[in-house]
Amino acid sequence: MSLDTKYIGHTFAPFSVDVEKGRLKFFAKAIGQTDPVYSDEAAARAAGHPALPVPPTFLFCLEMDAPNPGAIRDLLDLPVPKVLHGEQRFSYRGMAYAGDTLTFQQRIADIYAKKGGLLEFVVRETRVTNQRGEHIADLHGITVVRHG
Amino acid sequence: MVELSSIKAGDSLPSFTTPPVSRLTLALYCGASGDHNPMHVDIDYARAGGSPDVFAHGMLSMGYLGRLLTNWVPQARIRDYGVRFTAITQVGEAITCSGSVTEVFEADGERRARLTLQTTNQNGQVKLAGDAVVAIS
Repeated sequence: MSLDTKYIGHTFAPFSVDVEKGRLKFFAKAIGQTDPVYSDEAAARAAGHPALPVPPTFLFCLEMDAPNPGAIRDLLDLPVPKVLHGEQRFSYRGMAYAGDTLTFQQRIADIYAKKGGLLEFVVRETRVTNQRGEHIADLHGITVVRHG
Repeated sequence: MVELSSIKAGDSLPSFTTPPVSRLTLALYCGASGDHNPMHVDIDYARAGGSPDVFAHGMLSMGYLGRLLTNWVPQARIRDYGVRFTAITQVGEAITCSGSVTEVFEADGERRARLTLQTTNQNGQVKLAGDAVVAIS
């Protein structure tokens, strides 16, 4: 075990990110999303949305817009070439839209090893709220560090 | 969109297959997602690290699989969506997104369907293994 488990429970300073509609349209193109609800504001409103919706996985992208997207890597001194994304989960509580300002509160939920330390795991939990304090989602991500 | 009242265990979600993942696909995802890890777009960086080529972002495939869900039900009905990244998606692979209903149950005062999801390449190799819960009442 090379990662220091004293960081289990560590919380990072929360940060806020603006949801920009142009970025949502670009993301829709990048994932091949042709449903106009995700790129055409008139279609979004016709479907009952106040603005372009943030699609299911885009919260992860907004989380990477942190002032320091490598904060966890830096804190734990993770060896970048050995790092892989192992798992990702979203638990949704509400929708987010273009024009919202979302706040991300990240916490290291767990650090553990498998295979005698050949594999190490960092579990990150992130609570997302909007500008009205409404709970939008919880993100749960597992980073894997492969040794040897 | 599916007729919600008809959903039952064993139902399949309408699957689809993406065009082969190209370097342009990865460049667009790099810019749009904000994930600028050079492993996905810079072959010189990838080779210096011992990889033969760049490879796809796992979250690109999770985005594809998210389309499977939002094609099927309105997004506001998705309660939970998760994946394990079980194999790397390579340049040139066409990704098939598929899923099915494993059970219908009640929780928090609503009927919900639990889904099993996956992405596979053209040879049937599983790349992402996932699950989701959607509200159906």
